[in-house]
Amino acid sequence: MSYLIESNHLCKKFGNKQALADINLRIERGRIIGLLGPNGSGKSTLIKIINGLMMPTEGEVFIDEKKPGVETKKIISYLPERTYLNEWMKVKELLDYFEDFYEDFRRERAITMLENLNIGLDDKLKTMSKGTKEKVQLILVMSRDADLYILDEPIGGVDPAARDYILRTIIGNYNENATVLLSTHLISDIENILDEVIFLQYGQIRFHASVDEIRMKEGKSVDQLFREVYRC
Amino acid sequence: MAWTLDADRPIYTQLVEKIQMDIVSGFYKAGDKIPPVRELATEAAVNPNTMQKALAELERLGLLYTQRTSGRFVTEDEEMINKVKEEMASKHIKVFLENMKQLGYDVEETISVIKELKREEEE
Repeated sequence: MSYLIESNHLCKKFGNKQALADINLRIERGRIIGLLGPNGSGKSTLIKIINGLMMPTEGEVFIDEKKPGVETKKIISYLPERTYLNEWMKVKELLDYFEDFYEDFRRERAITMLENLNIGLDDKLKTMSKGTKEKVQLILVMSRDADLYILDEPIGGVDPAARDYILRTIIGNYNENATVLLSTHLISDIENILDEVIFLQYGQIRFHASVDEIRMKEGKSVDQLFREVYRC
Repeated sequence: MAWTLDADRPIYTQLVEKIQMDIVSGFYKAGDKIPPVRELATEAAVNPNTMQKALAELERLGLLYTQRTSGRFVTEDEEMINKVKEEMASKHIKVFLENMKQLGYDVEETISVIKELKREEEE
């Protein structure tokens, strides 16, 4: 069986600074994976390389056996940390925009989710609160039939009720051919929905294990373990 | 509402216990169809693969069975459900007796305390 993400000896340097060092990943389909680590641990760099937005200094990464590029962009649905959508657009126009860009965009799915959250199709992004904007973006990203969803800090700025909805959206959209890779430092909120966690520290994989393995071996939650590993 | 789960024990074990409880308490009755994995996972707010694993374990224990096309059902064997109920009860009682022992009550004393409480309640 081939892996959805495979990386070998992946390294990234910015000048003298080693942002990623010898990352060897094997990630299968049908998983929900947490990419965890404090600020500056290399999460965003790794995500950018997987998305083909940055080149590694050494080593290589394959998405469905292909190097990041035009082909892999078709199967990756990416929620960046910062918004890239045009503020003046209405929700309706955003739907058109996604439909034009991505063959796998499912408009009806997006409309259902927008209705559930009482977001009007004629609402303008500019007039929305920060949390609502984040919800709209997540809905757009989750409405694609992608193989790999990469969500960079999807729950950072939203209130607990919206966080709950977002987590349910991720679970509800689960399918066994697709994997969700999400980065966050709000672990206690999300650890129940994760299969596996990858802890990054100083650009290296500190460990990669299933949530229940950690709880069984350590007798503590991933969140507690995280606090111990990264104690300042 | 998401299910209430402890942070320091495997999620999978807790899902098995919770559904077991739903079966012996009669929330799901013998022969009932239970919701699909994704729906249960969403309700519990847990990973679908973990829920799947828990359901597979309940099948292994004989409390659930799958009918290939129509879904997953609670066993029709009420005797078996009762057996699980008794096992769960005896587990709870053992823990309780252990706690009472730490408080300095032996089994006989514990029983008489229970009887007394029951009498007070009935008055």
